[in-house]
Amino acid sequence: MEAVISFFVQPFSYAFMQRGLVASILVGVICAVVGTFIVLRGMAFFGDALAHTILPGVAVGYLVSGGARETLFWWALGTSVASSLGISAISKNKKIKEDTAIGIVFAGMFALGIALISTVRSYAVDLSHFLFGDVLGVTSKNLWTIGIFVVLIILVILAFYKEFLTVSFDPILATTLRMPVRWINTLLLVLVAITVAVSLQTVGVALMVAMLVTPAATATLLTNRLPKMMIIASSIAAASGLVGLFLSYYLSIASGAAVVLTCTLVFAVTWGIKSLRRKQIAL
Amino acid sequence: MYPHTDHHVDQPILDIQKLSVVYGTLPVLEQLTFHLHPGERVAVVGPNGAGKSTLFKVIAGVLIPSSGQVQVYGSIPGKHVCIAYIPQRTQVDWHFPVNVSDVVMMGRAAKMKPFSWPSRGDYQAVNRALDIVEMRSLADRQISELSGGQQQRMFIARALAQEAELILMDEPLSGLDNPAQDSVLSILETLHQKGVTVMVATHDLDQASRYFDRILLLNHRIIGFGTPKEVLTTERLLHAFGGRLKIVDANGDTVTLDDSCCHGGDE
Repeated sequence: MEAVISFFVQPFSYAFMQRGLVASILVGVICAVVGTFIVLRGMAFFGDALAHTILPGVAVGYLVSGGARETLFWWALGTSVASSLGISAISKNKKIKEDTAIGIVFAGMFALGIALISTVRSYAVDLSHFLFGDVLGVTSKNLWTIGIFVVLIILVILAFYKEFLTVSFDPILATTLRMPVRWINTLLLVLVAITVAVSLQTVGVALMVAMLVTPAATATLLTNRLPKMMIIASSIAAASGLVGLFLSYYLSIASGAAVVLTCTLVFAVTWGIKSLRRKQIAL
Repeated sequence: MYPHTDHHVDQPILDIQKLSVVYGTLPVLEQLTFHLHPGERVAVVGPNGAGKSTLFKVIAGVLIPSSGQVQVYGSIPGKHVCIAYIPQRTQVDWHFPVNVSDVVMMGRAAKMKPFSWPSRGDYQAVNRALDIVEMRSLADRQISELSGGQQQRMFIARALAQEAELILMDEPLSGLDNPAQDSVLSILETLHQKGVTVMVATHDLDQASRYFDRILLLNHRIIGFGTPKEVLTTERLLHAFGGRLKIVDANGDTVTLDDSCCHGGDE
């Protein structure tokens, strides 16, 4: 019995593991809640691109501060918000479709980021931290920042829930109700941008889109109501954070990858069971 | 609550003057002029691509006209929350995670305070609207599980919850079987008794002449506007539908058939 308890408790006897766990859960929840809108509105490519556009901002922050990690969040935040507004401005030009605008901004910014980071000698190690996250390197100060922004995003979603819902389901209705549709859409993009910046250290640029879409997509298979979808997606993401860190500890897998793989597995199993059931009904 | 102006009740509920809409270089609506009084039922009839959806979107204040003006109770549509636009059923994401009462509740959004959630009064308004369209028992049903007629009635309930005084319905009857069409038509009668003004885009000339006070025959420009008897003349119909209309003379009764199909976009 003691062995079982220690199996579960031991990894989290380390302070960095505890912080990692709290960070994974917070980031999982906020990615899942915001991700619900991303999945419903087909914005996965936007989320993925936004994560990548952060890189040059982080690189500049890194060069300016001489490698200090604490200020990087603010550089990431500034860059992602600016990119989201940039993409939205470019796609207002009707000649360039939105996904094309996203592609242009995404690849250009990412290349700039790599170019900047490559000027630093030790770039390989640090680049991999940005790309794949470093959840075990989260400081308690980072944790406070993450926590405050998570609460802030949730408050904004609660305050504008009816607007976000209406604009996502029926933009024409939103217009006839005289909602400020363009502002609401922009606000949603900014929320995605903040989420991406908040999650950077935990999941990294490359795996961000998985946290944004996989738990939310799993939840769409399990419920037909938006609030329930947000709660189920958050629970899946939080549980995956916990399980992922266990796997990471005992199997020595990169933590970000372990969390994402857990989410993916949950999706695959859910999807498999749902498809089998549907076949049975059809038979 | 989003800003909207007071109604000047001495003004017509809808007044359109020399309205034109041009997409690029393509004129979709040319020089439309007409007005409606409160409580009228108007069928907007015309072939695919005649500009029916465009007209509705301009009236709803979703599209800005290229020239001319649209006034609802004396001011532009963008200042009113009393106009409901009911989309074609093919243009709705039926797998969106909402149930019937969620959708009807969206109509209440303009009546709620900013940052607020539905109050008891809002729930009561939703239930009243669902009662009128006889959908109360389906309130908790996921929208993908509704029949075509139920989908249409749900949107009418949403317009009622919005307290709309002008309801624009884009092809509400197309693709519905006869009982479903009858249920929608009987709700139109209820709306009429409540004094709601209704504009319905339709292909069905027979229904247009039987259930509506006036017909707006449209093909980019107004071909005719008046009572069914005045408007549905062979000459006018040929003008509006051109070669796409077959006119069959059966035992002295003129039967008109529109053979342009009814699905798909109407821009």
